[in-house]
Amino acid sequence: MTKNWWKILAAVLLIYSFIAGLLVAVPRLPILHETIRNLYFHVPMWFTMIFLYLLSVINSIKYLSSADEKHDFMAVETVNTGIVFGFLGLGTGMIWANFTWGAPWPNDPKLNGSAISTLMYLAYIVLRSSIDESQKRAKISAIYNIFAFPIMVVLLFILPRMTDSLHPGNGGNPGFNSYDLDSNMRLVFYPAVIGWILLGVWISNIRYRIRLLQHKF
Amino acid sequence: MSLIHQVKSLIAKELILEWRSRYALNGIVLYVVSTIFVCYLSFKGGIQGPTWNVLFWIILLFASINALVKSFVQEPAGRHLYLYTLASPQAIILSKIIYNCLLMLLLSTIALFFYQVVFSNQVQDLLFYFLAVLLGSISFASVFTMISGIAAKANNPGSLMAVLSFPVIIPLLILLIKFSKNAMDGLDRSVSYDEIVILLSLNVLVIASSLVLFPYLWRD
Repeated sequence: MTKNWWKILAAVLLIYSFIAGLLVAVPRLPILHETIRNLYFHVPMWFTMIFLYLLSVINSIKYLSSADEKHDFMAVETVNTGIVFGFLGLGTGMIWANFTWGAPWPNDPKLNGSAISTLMYLAYIVLRSSIDESQKRAKISAIYNIFAFPIMVVLLFILPRMTDSLHPGNGGNPGFNSYDLDSNMRLVFYPAVIGWILLGVWISNIRYRIRLLQHKF
Repeated sequence: MSLIHQVKSLIAKELILEWRSRYALNGIVLYVVSTIFVCYLSFKGGIQGPTWNVLFWIILLFASINALVKSFVQEPAGRHLYLYTLASPQAIILSKIIYNCLLMLLLSTIALFFYQVVFSNQVQDLLFYFLAVLLGSISFASVFTMISGIAAKANNPGSLMAVLSFPVIIPLLILLIKFSKNAMDGLDRSVSYDEIVILLSLNVLVIASSLVLFPYLWRD
């Protein structure tokens, strides 16, 4: 029980963010209106994805320095879960964009960047499936993972800031802090972010343990 | 042997090997020239503005993947083993990257020249456009050398090379296209400084991570 407190915390925070996110009053801004509630669901998906990919890189580095298969399992399962969160982020973003920007896929650098980074991790999965020997697979895929991660960071965080983007915080647009996130929304947004990150870690932890058991027997 | 000495002799080895069997070099030059000619015939010569620029980079992208896939994939495994007993892994990857830079530079210069002959020249600031091509050659070489090393370890390296390298090269390609478009339109040179700085720092990042990661890659 003492070990599992964070799982309970994840469930509580998510239930809270669903209820509060759909019921608590939000500021009525032009164009956004009620769709601003999607902030509680769309943005945490990306935070979780980035967090899981970061965990995966850390595990890949650990694998290269220790050659312990456990780290490789953790690396691949965090990527698998991260890809799911990436697709969820794209999905919720497309619904939101359809209502506010008028099209599900406006030509926006951040959208394209996230699509490319999803491709990058799909390539990681393809690379893994094309190597038969398990130790070699773990090593080569860890190398690709570490090699690709800094490029993904540039793609998601630096390039969009250089060009015009519809997203807040890019191309001269103000960030969240300045206009559309009032203090009430923060009370829901931050718990939602923590809740989704914990859920992502939880899912990858379960998948990691399944893989460990499959490996043993 | 010191690292610099090793790198020098490895580059000399690559150059001699290339010169003795010129089929690889000739093949890739012919590949670029015929691709440009196919594009010329397909477009019937009439392309303007952004398309002119983007088409050049797409041709160069595919040509460089084809040129650089051989840097690890097409070498016999026995030669690798022999090299690894002689030189440090850093020297090997560094010499490959430098050699591939030279190869890409030659290739892209030929491509640019032929492209401008066939499709009429639309570049206003030729010096800066050439700088973009130079930076592009270095970027392609540094990224594709490491990816080629990774792909060589897997089954079916040829198609894996493209799958692995596209997501990594796209950010660089976007910057290159933007930079070269600025040069093409003859904009003020200070407009492109941001792109140059980011491209250079990305290249430093890629080469540094190659140097760190390659020792793990070659040890089988």
